[in-house]
Amino acid sequence: MSKQPSKTIKVETLARVEGEGALYVKLKGDQVQDVKLKIYEPPRFFEAFLRGRHFSEIPDIVARICGICPIAYQMSAVHAIERALGVEIDPSVRLLRRLFYCGEWMESHALHVYMLHAPDFLGYPDAIAMARDHQAIVQQGLRLKKAGNRIVALMGGREIHPVSAAVGGFYKTPSKSALRELVDELTWALDASLATARWVSGFDFPDFEQDYEFVSLSHPGEYPFNEGRIESNRGLDIDASEYEENFTEQHVQHSNALHSVLRGCDSYMVGPMARFNLNFDKLPDVAQQAARDCGLQPPCLNPFRSIVVRAIELVFACHEALRVIREYEPPATPRAHTTARASTGWAATEAPRGLLYHRYGLDQDGLIASAKIVPPTSQNQKRIEEDLWHFVGQIATQPSEEITWKCEQAVRNYDPCISCATHFLRLHLERH
Amino acid sequence: MAWRIIGCGNLDRGDDAAGLLVVRRLHALIENLGVEIAGLEIMEQSGESFSLMDCRTGFEHVILVDATAPSGTPGQVRVWNAHAGRLPEEVFPCSTHAFGVREAVELARAMNRLPQTLLIYGIEGKQFSLGAPLSPEVERAVVPVAKQLMMRVSDSLVQTSRRPPRGTLSGDLGRW
Repeated sequence: MSKQPSKTIKVETLARVEGEGALYVKLKGDQVQDVKLKIYEPPRFFEAFLRGRHFSEIPDIVARICGICPIAYQMSAVHAIERALGVEIDPSVRLLRRLFYCGEWMESHALHVYMLHAPDFLGYPDAIAMARDHQAIVQQGLRLKKAGNRIVALMGGREIHPVSAAVGGFYKTPSKSALRELVDELTWALDASLATARWVSGFDFPDFEQDYEFVSLSHPGEYPFNEGRIESNRGLDIDASEYEENFTEQHVQHSNALHSVLRGCDSYMVGPMARFNLNFDKLPDVAQQAARDCGLQPPCLNPFRSIVVRAIELVFACHEALRVIREYEPPATPRAHTTARASTGWAATEAPRGLLYHRYGLDQDGLIASAKIVPPTSQNQKRIEEDLWHFVGQIATQPSEEITWKCEQAVRNYDPCISCATHFLRLHLERH
Repeated sequence: MAWRIIGCGNLDRGDDAAGLLVVRRLHALIENLGVEIAGLEIMEQSGESFSLMDCRTGFEHVILVDATAPSGTPGQVRVWNAHAGRLPEEVFPCSTHAFGVREAVELARAMNRLPQTLLIYGIEGKQFSLGAPLSPEVERAVVPVAKQLMMRVSDSLVQTSRRPPRGTLSGDLGRW
């Protein structure tokens, strides 16, 4: 028997992902022997230092977990605490929270599609190199992101780490006229999102499909943001309060982020592909048609096509933002009254990268007794490693530089937010 | 002629605060002199590149102040003219979200959106960990850089006295 050559691929710093991590791949011949997504960003202990704080402080503290998806953290927190306190929110506040989330999805998806992921497909090392040849495209991406920023700044008081979200509603709600000022730019953004979908659907996608378990919120009447049951394509159908009975977090030696598993051992995928596959019929007609025009229909099983799904979600977010603005009537009061009580509340909302679970235990004075936060990247981490096991096997005979490039691209399919999960990826490829 | 001076960084990460502290000292310096400088705007920014690109919109002349990566000479001040060439990657490493000052400048260059003047003042840092204090070397560099910035922009801008000046601008700067 001939001795198989082996090699190790190491990406010491994964670029164009949100956070700091590394990737280690060990190959013997064309057989994958080991894959580790290493998140070495130090743990941040948010759950611990929320304890003892008053519930009203929580939305502003958790917004600091991430500069890209602070609204997701605020939304999961306020919904969990409102559930604990038995607070009913005004229907107009509910609408505004959807608008707030639209802004964050637009910012995050435009950043990822244009600046982080598109360079992979077009053969550029980064967005700067891509911008030299595709100025108009990059300009469009930046303007789309900025359209999202405008929503967030209006709703949240500022673009980064917004400060208006409150338990029971908002500290300040906008006037109808203030929202109407966004309409022209959002109308442009909707057209630009459709153009984005057409553009990215023309990329070359590796021939790679997996049998995923997709997990996302599902709501009977709308594409999910803040409400719904947690469902999967394999029969999971639970309330957020049952999350911890079904999902567990495991410490793995090579990562500072916990790995989430379903039913004690199974990997699963959260994020745009999960939402799209489980909620396609809830997308507005314009987004469904855009998906069909891109040759995309559920189930989409090729993670490299997630860039197209993100573009479809951009279409959705722009369309939804315009709908909310049309229908909005200011609430009688910006936020509902809240009374402290000893209780527990759970909530899951849909961050741009996927399901974000929060649980809070409160004491009779409204102080946080316990907190649990499970970000999307923790949930996808095991699935990313499994994708790499299978994908590297397909490309193992290629030169190391090519493997490295494609592995990084495969990781970026998930738009991982490592800062949330505990930021760059380092790839180490070892061949034997 | 409009100038905008932008201090970038994070107050909670040791020497990463350098850019922010420089613009705060510059602001205090102008206040102390009792002058208003028409056409000058001073602002603080996290260093996130897309916001930074927006910050420059509408200004012909821009100065960015930021901490630079350690290379054995903490507190050393270097100035780059963006029109003279690309910013060195090793001096401005990626921010946590991979798009920082260097990316903002290079993306603007790639898109032909550099302002007429774009100077980048870099103060070499030593310690950047969460909660770390400012290093003495960087602390010593803050005031001289603030003075340099004042001198650089004051010549090209109209100065309006809000109260009787206590002396010449350059004289006061020397004592400050």
